[in-house]
Amino acid sequence: MTTPQEKSNRGLVARLLLLAAGSFAFGFALVPLYDVFCEVTGIGTRDQLSRAAAPVASAPDLNRIVVVEFTASVPNGGRWEFAPMIASMEVHPGRLYEARYTARNLAGRDTTGQALPSVAPLRAGRYFQKTECFCFTPQHFVRDEQRELFVRFIVDRDLPRGIDRLTLSYAFYDVTRVAGGTR
Amino acid sequence: MRPDGVNQMAHGNEAAGHGDHHGPPKGLVRWLTTTNHKDIGTMYLVFSLTMFLLGGVMALLIRAELFQPGLQFVNPGFFNQLTTMHALVMVFGAVMPATVGLANWMVPLQIGATDMALPRMNLFSFWLLFFAFLLLLSTFLVPGGAPASGWTLYPPLVLQTGNAFPMAIFAIHLMGASSIMGAINVIVTIVNMRAPGMTLLKMPLFSWSWLITAYLLIAVMPVFAGGVTMLLTDYYFHTSFFNAAGGGDPVLFQHVFWFFGHPEVYIMILPAFGIVSEIIPTFSRKPIFGYEAMVYAIASIAFLSFIVWAHHMFTVGMPLAGQLFFTLSTMLIAVPTGVKIFNWTATMWRGSLSFEPPMLFALAFLFLFSIGGFSGLMLAIVPADFQYHDTYFVVAHFHYVLVPGSVFGIMAAVYYWLPKWTGHMYDMALARWHFWLTAIFVNVLFFPQHFLGLAGMQRRVPDYATQFTDWNMVSSIGGFGFGLSQLLFVWLIVKCARGGARATAGVWDWPHGLEWTVPSPAPYHTFQKSPELH
Repeated sequence: MTTPQEKSNRGLVARLLLLAAGSFAFGFALVPLYDVFCEVTGIGTRDQLSRAAAPVASAPDLNRIVVVEFTASVPNGGRWEFAPMIASMEVHPGRLYEARYTARNLAGRDTTGQALPSVAPLRAGRYFQKTECFCFTPQHFVRDEQRELFVRFIVDRDLPRGIDRLTLSYAFYDVTRVAGGTR
Repeated sequence: MRPDGVNQMAHGNEAAGHGDHHGPPKGLVRWLTTTNHKDIGTMYLVFSLTMFLLGGVMALLIRAELFQPGLQFVNPGFFNQLTTMHALVMVFGAVMPATVGLANWMVPLQIGATDMALPRMNLFSFWLLFFAFLLLLSTFLVPGGAPASGWTLYPPLVLQTGNAFPMAIFAIHLMGASSIMGAINVIVTIVNMRAPGMTLLKMPLFSWSWLITAYLLIAVMPVFAGGVTMLLTDYYFHTSFFNAAGGGDPVLFQHVFWFFGHPEVYIMILPAFGIVSEIIPTFSRKPIFGYEAMVYAIASIAFLSFIVWAHHMFTVGMPLAGQLFFTLSTMLIAVPTGVKIFNWTATMWRGSLSFEPPMLFALAFLFLFSIGGFSGLMLAIVPADFQYHDTYFVVAHFHYVLVPGSVFGIMAAVYYWLPKWTGHMYDMALARWHFWLTAIFVNVLFFPQHFLGLAGMQRRVPDYATQFTDWNMVSSIGGFGFGLSQLLFVWLIVKCARGGARATAGVWDWPHGLEWTVPSPAPYHTFQKSPELH
């Protein structure tokens, strides 16, 4: 016994449930949208920071000096010793440089670490290009192992004039338990 | 807006419906099985009042701890559980269910419908909410205690929650499902069940505010459900939505959360706007000024609420363009809100005012909510926000919009419609005592928190530097005064439910709207025959 009222109610309920399902899907769609947004605006592009840049053959700008500072952190109570070997260096934009970090496994077992880079100021991120980096792949450490880790980088000549100091920071995560490793 | 000539005969003989088979069953069974919108509305309101008192006890424990510097009563871990649970209980257990209860009671009465459109879903959504809170509150008893990450549940902190973690998330899923069903019910009722002649632009503003709130709920509750589901899979299935080590980003959670969280604050305040828009005309004895502008203002506020979320997270860093956009869009909300404040004031202009308790609460709402609105404008300015972020200034701001805002709105509604619900007039003198104590202590409680925040006191910390002591003591005294005053409110409601002078159908001097055409107390079944609107 369906009255026209009930029929019209059901139709509307169905449409509203669809709207709710759409909102739920939208919540998940925010994940890729967030990456797109970061890519478009050129901020925190996480993928770009963890990706090898093709070395661009360009003459170094010897008239310009940029200070690159190195920092390291170990988040979430990870059991590592992890630090840059030098605190900072002066570089010419356009020239390839190498910096080293050192890491020691204190976990008492074999462990896999993944370093995540970030560059400050935010808008300088896209001008900091790494041709090789220990952050591109997970780093496996056997028990008590200590070793040096390398990053080779070029500061882009197009780095805006106002920026004369960059900070490269790595957070070293324990990813032994993370399925699938990095994206 | 003034359906005065409503045919009252249609329900004249339903008031004493005891013996007939439409009447409710007796005793506890009535409350377990009822699908009647008035019963469910009552259950929502009682549930909400219970949660209000429970969340209030948590707040008093917090204020007791903060009475002086150092650690006195609770350890820091439990303090964090208290701040988190106070927020969750007040937002999802007290304010939202109170407005849902009011919608259940009043929307069918205001639009001339027999009941809500989907009575069994109505019953289901109440009981879902009930069990959601049973689950959430039981987290106090599990190893690791209740969630302690703040109600915003930011990762990675929230992932350190003990056994309570999945319980809290399932509780949020349940209360989300409950609110969505409640919202669907309100929309279907309003769209399909209005009495003939009740066009949308003749509908009372409380019903209007709920129609828009319901759409907001359907749009954002699922986003929150999605966000907490991602937390759950990050924790148990090693996905990396928010796990930086796996390529995720914890800041993404903040975006997802506030995409829900900002509309959520309007979900809490819009029904209060609707309530105040009912009360001010009644006690000014004038129709609302600018009815259509009021409707469009609510709709614009609802729309704007979707494009301001990142003002909650200026300090996580964003491009200048983003900061400017979110600052300006936030400030834009002041325009429709200003229209509403202006129209309420203009409604009173040259009205013949009287100051019954609902009007007192509505006026206090008008004044104190505006203070909360202004501190919101201050927080919208990025450089100022950098200083105020995570201080007591923010705590003062959102408590001003939530307590003398939403909660005063709800109390005004209770004082306005209680005679309609119970059939008795309440104790006016007691109500005035309750009003004045509440209105004074709420300011003693929250106003000093502005000073504390500007001076740099952090929120969510159980201890503080000694220079903050004086204002914290004042605030705590205000807190206890405010809390104890609410016992008067409980007493008044119980007293009114038990007896009192008989209320007439109109109750007030200048009643307007369909709900005042049915007898008091409103009979179990109303508008079996559609009212005629002239």
